[in-house]
Amino acid sequence: MTRTEGGCVIELRAKSPCDGLLPLSIGGVTLSEAAPGAMTCLMPYKGQAAALSGALEVACGIAAPAPGHSTVSDGVRILWFGRETLLLIGPEPAPELAQHAAVVDHSDAWAVVRLEGPGAVDVLARLVPVDLRESAFAPGATARSELRHMQAAITRLSADAFEIMVFRGMARTLVHDLRDVMESVAARAGR
Amino acid sequence: MRITCPLCGERDRREFYYQGAAVALTRPEPEAGEAAWDDYIHNRENPCGVTRDLWHHEMGCGAWLVVMRNTATHEVLEVELATDAKRTGA
Ligand SMILES: [Zn+2]
Repeated sequence: MTRTEGGCVIELRAKSPCDGLLPLSIGGVTLSEAAPGAMTCLMPYKGQAAALSGALEVACGIAAPAPGHSTVSDGVRILWFGRETLLLIGPEPAPELAQHAAVVDHSDAWAVVRLEGPGAVDVLARLVPVDLRESAFAPGATARSELRHMQAAITRLSADAFEIMVFRGMARTLVHDLRDVMESVAARAGR
Repeated sequence: MRITCPLCGERDRREFYYQGAAVALTRPEPEAGEAAWDDYIHNRENPCGVTRDLWHHEMGCGAWLVVMRNTATHEVLEVELATDAKRTGA
């Protein structure tokens, strides 16, 4: 506890968005919270997309991904995050990036969960109107879409693993909706 | 119904918000006169056939799109980013 003039202030402790809600494991599919580190939204200024990509290569060793894709290197990921928008995940942003883009800290803005296991794709397919077959959505592919009625970002990490992001304030709804579907997919499969 | 977003690819209609006729790309000059402004604000075609509308990829990439479609057959004929449509003279 920290002493103040009139009394005590309980020392504040950071809570993750899905604190107390996860992990879950149903029918061979697991849902867990990811700890992605710093998340920074990068929106290139007019005509600066290529310069931003170059600055990212210098700062993090990876260039900006094309729409629908993500790039990955040691401890750094960059997601295409919408029209003229990227999300840098992992390290704090290099100051030089601000010369080419609006740089906004999103570290506490998103609930980030990982859905994995055989059957993960069946769960997600019930919630997201995106073609999730591997031929259309391979590992590394990313999409902005809706999950039930929430704006979401979905990234395929591997054949059987997906990362799902929604606004932090919707963490409980996200877990609720995913749990519902995990249960019904498991019931249908007799697992 | 599916709309092929130039950035995201073919997506379900539920990801998109319909705004209306693509007149916002041809806004009159401030001094264009009452008739032009009256037309811009109030008058819309209601075609049975090809129409050109603004859609927002609200639950997707966030881009505004100009979608040409046929109201009789529901065929989507052409989709482009509104910024591109504007650049090439709407
Ligand atoms: Zn889109």
